[in-house]
Amino acid sequence: MANTYKAIATVTVGSGGASSIDFNSIPSTYTDLLLVTSCRSNRSSSYRDLIQLRPNSSTTNLSARALTNDGSSVSSGTATVINGGMATASSSTASTFGNSYCYIPNYAGSTNKSFSTDATTEDNSANIYQTLEAGLWSNTAAITSISLVPNVGTQFVQYSSATLYGIKNS
Amino acid sequence: MPTKLVVDCSTGAVEEIELTAEEIAQREADAEAATQAKADEEAAAAAKQAEKEAIAARLGLSAEELSTLLS
Repeated sequence: MANTYKAIATVTVGSGGASSIDFNSIPSTYTDLLLVTSCRSNRSSSYRDLIQLRPNSSTTNLSARALTNDGSSVSSGTATVINGGMATASSSTASTFGNSYCYIPNYAGSTNKSFSTDATTEDNSANIYQTLEAGLWSNTAAITSISLVPNVGTQFVQYSSATLYGIKNS
Repeated sequence: MPTKLVVDCSTGAVEEIELTAEEIAQREADAEAATQAKADEEAAAAAKQAEKEAIAARLGLSAEELSTLLS
């Protein structure tokens, strides 16, 4: 990482799993945020799960557009949640994890907040899923906390991890 | 009892906190809604595909010809 990146916090899920990963009291001293995740959810009968990103715990005024690739076809769609990343799930090869980047510019500013996510699940087998997503939180409040929640699964499993970077423009 | 991991970014402290009954109920409702939304999305996509194929059939086009036409 460039020296303008600073790891604010990192967390790894323990043996009991975690229903969510919450970054609280995010300092307002950076220009942008970058969230990097390596996650697997307990969603059953599927090889992937979306990771909902909830700014300031909000579940409203969220919108998104995505381009996705499932290995055989591409598609696009809209959503009313912010996709902060992708996780592998119970049908994926054991010990594989989705990897994702979510960039959040001007998170402490007083305009609506945008999110740019680049995520993939690849399980070294038949299943892949890749998504590029643009998200919007139509709210002008500064982002001071971020919650990550599995979309369909109920838990992130052990060894899932998330790191929040603060980025300065100089 | 399900737990959540909470990181205080000002101190770096990580806490594992048990969910309240209200939070558990909300998570379950959210997961159910997400599952339903996905099913609705897939049903809509299947219906759209079926509609395309029906139109193609009326025009006397095969699935391959339709795919070529739309690509």
